Amino acid sequence: MLLRHTPDAIVEREALTVQPAKTCQPVGAMYASLGIYRCLPHSHGSQGCCAYHRSSLTRHYKEPVMAATSSFTEGASVFGGQANLLEAISNIFNLYNPDVLAIHTTCLSETIGDDVAQIIAKAREEGRVPEGKYIIRASTPSYIGSHVIGFANMVKSIVEGFSEPGKKMDHINILPGFVEPSDMEELKRMVKMMGLDSVLFPDTSGVLNSPQNGHYEMYPKGGTTVESLKTTGFAKATLALGPIASGPAAKLLDTKCGVQYELLKLPIGIRATDMFVETLKRLGGVIDDELEVERGKAIDAITDMQQYFYQKKVALVGDPDQLVALTEFLTDLGFSVRHVITGTPGKKFISRVKEAAGTDAINVRESSDYFYLHQLIKNEKVDLIMGNTYAKYMARDMDIPLIRIGFPIYDRIGHQYFPTVGYKGALRLVEKMLNALMDYQDRYAPEEQFELVM
Amino acid sequence: MAQTNSGFLKARTLQIFEKGIDSFEMKCDKASAAGSVSQRACTFCGARVVLYPIADALHLVHGAIGCAAYTWDIRGSLSSGPQLHRSSFCTDLREKEVIYGGEEKLKNALFTLIGKYSPKAAFVYSTCIAGIIGDDVEAVCKAVAKKTGIPVIPVQSEGFKGTKKDGYRAACDALMHLVGTCDSDKVPLSINILGDFNIAGEIWAIKKYFEKMGLKVIATLTGDSRVEQIKRAHTAQLNIVQCAGSMQYLAKEMKVKFGIPYINVSFFGIDDTAKALYATADFFNVKSVLENTSTLITNEIKKISPFLEDYRKICQGKKAALYVGGAFKAISLIKALRILGIQTILAGTQTGGKEDYEALKALCDDGTILVDDSNPIELSKFIIDKKADLFIGGVKERPLAYKLGIAFCDHNHERKTGLAGFEGMINFAREVSLSMNSPVWKFAPRKGADLYD
Repeated sequence: MLLRHTPDAIVEREALTVQPAKTCQPVGAMYASLGIYRCLPHSHGSQGCCAYHRSSLTRHYKEPVMAATSSFTEGASVFGGQANLLEAISNIFNLYNPDVLAIHTTCLSETIGDDVAQIIAKAREEGRVPEGKYIIRASTPSYIGSHVIGFANMVKSIVEGFSEPGKKMDHINILPGFVEPSDMEELKRMVKMMGLDSVLFPDTSGVLNSPQNGHYEMYPKGGTTVESLKTTGFAKATLALGPIASGPAAKLLDTKCGVQYELLKLPIGIRATDMFVETLKRLGGVIDDELEVERGKAIDAITDMQQYFYQKKVALVGDPDQLVALTEFLTDLGFSVRHVITGTPGKKFISRVKEAAGTDAINVRESSDYFYLHQLIKNEKVDLIMGNTYAKYMARDMDIPLIRIGFPIYDRIGHQYFPTVGYKGALRLVEKMLNALMDYQDRYAPEEQFELVM
Repeated sequence: MAQTNSGFLKARTLQIFEKGIDSFEMKCDKASAAGSVSQRACTFCGARVVLYPIADALHLVHGAIGCAAYTWDIRGSLSSGPQLHRSSFCTDLREKEVIYGGEEKLKNALFTLIGKYSPKAAFVYSTCIAGIIGDDVEAVCKAVAKKTGIPVIPVQSEGFKGTKKDGYRAACDALMHLVGTCDSDKVPLSINILGDFNIAGEIWAIKKYFEKMGLKVIATLTGDSRVEQIKRAHTAQLNIVQCAGSMQYLAKEMKVKFGIPYINVSFFGIDDTAKALYATADFFNVKSVLENTSTLITNEIKKISPFLEDYRKICQGKKAALYVGGAFKAISLIKALRILGIQTILAGTQTGGKEDYEALKALCDDGTILVDDSNPIELSKFIIDKKADLFIGGVKERPLAYKLGIAFCDHNHERKTGLAGFEGMINFAREVSLSMNSPVWKFAPRKGADLYD
């Protein structure tokens, strides 16, 4: 019913997006900012932007999400947002007392040409920024890129704001990419397990999956501390996970502070996790028995159940870094990845996915939308869809099992608590895939073929 | 205000009031202080939520992708027929259009969509960026309407123009483009229902009451509505305005243009629902309608009373905090909570007006805090200080309540059961008492207490 209007015939559209597979930069910037300890994100634009981003993150995480806004009015849009931002800076430090204020722009403030750097300088001159407090800023126009690019821009701004060149120390930087708090937690655990010191940033674990304790904490215990961020320029190397979300910050750390970087896929799946672990080993990490066992368990589950994956067709929709890694993982499991769609613009995505799938005979598109994916699936049906909550319409329409992964997930929990990265994450994904496929089989199997043992 | 003001922004002193202690006139209707963590939204948001439920219209967001993405099917405004309103259409403006203008793209998008979906009308929402680059949305709409033969209506909802309230007005302006655009005569004993958006099917319950009273409902604005209904709305004899904040402006316009009188009502709680139905019946002053109304109300109350008695036993003596969009809802909620024996210790709104706060002051008990345009820090402080057992609010307030270890009831977009009318009162009582009495609170530290207190 909902999607009955989607025709099978694909016509190229230039002028519009139908059922978007992306959202705008500022929400990604806000998410990244929340990964700094005692940081308040600030949206330099109309009130609605900030309210929408907070609501969106709240729906996804079921957590309170704090952010301030410049509360633009018609006057501000005509005369510039300087007065609003200056007042905001004073109010924020007086009232909310964050250690870091992370300002991102919106389409409105970008287009009227507010010079945020100059406004911050003026705020400092006028004594609006108390001693020992930090302000960082990212330019995040909503009409360029997507939420992933907004995230990448804010992570880069963290480097701009905190990293200084200096004598190299023994730790490494980990840029986790636009992943869940549970994933960041898991990455830290693995690095620690291998005996390495690291600074992972941003780190939303403990912020957007904080415990219930009877208190409201404006600044929960998680997040990368300023103290740690200040050492990022002294690291011996940076491990950047996901080229789109983490690449820009890694490159800046290199040019600004001379910290060399390794650009890796997100460690989703066995092969990408192996690569992550091997890179850590090269940087001095030790692979201990426990990690070997974790890997072995994941492989055990995969080999036990491989018959259920083989040649099953799958469609993927979401963000570029996740999709490339997922394509590789699913292909390694024996799936046939048929359609891969992202809303985020970027031509390189296409070659990356094709490489991960090991074939050119696959439908890949960037700057695309759910409407297009729906048409692709109508033309070539799949056995499984993996995507965010918005994929549920077509999953229902076409009666195809859906695994929720990515952002946003408004209708299930789990993503904030259980990782999809690393060997543990691979095992969890395998379990999810099996459950989805087997539940489907159980529901539709004719009585005589309804199996007890699977 | 003496005890609770410390730590709050000076500029907000006149927006926080404690009954029995303070005596000033509350400041409201003012823009949020820059830098505050406000729970408020923008003009676009207001316009979008009001027009969104028109199910057979095309809703095209002219702007950057975010405005479309965040308003894609997030409001549970149910339709009994078409579901077109639940799709997300956006011109997805990019850098190129920001420089060269987006009118051409808008025109193409409209032609494509109208060709594909054959909607009965199209609404084009202007966002911040469309306003700033100076696209002449009105001219494009006019040109497309001429070619396609359907109403193509610009909604002047640039986010920076103000708060949600200004968006309601922009939506009402857009609706006035439709109302009265077909030839029909006045229908005897007929009404429109304004300001109900059919969240969780509420308009279906309300409509049933009026039909039982012997009245004909011409248009529901905008819950489960169709373009044709709205065009014919001028044939009704009375407008019943449920959410005054969003729709009173439309009622006023319709009064001026079509001479249709209106009454402000609320369908939350038994008292207010009964009052609304009686007021409507009184307006028509027809014997059969008056009789039907009194029979209906007596029967409905008889039906729900025993249940309410049971819930009252469970809820008696509890304390509630509420933070909602408009003041009309706050007033109804306080009354509904009283029926359950629950005292309101905090009542806040995003967009309440001066008279609203005076009405709230009159209604509340001593010690109740009233707050305009609040934020999580204030809200959580009041909840703990005043020892609330229950918080009623919207999406951003829910996790706040749970972190504090208290019960929650969504009275906004995300409510899943209808809370309006007589059945709604039972649903409300059930939801509130279930949440307050859930066994999970046994494990959860509550109200700012330390874990092992």
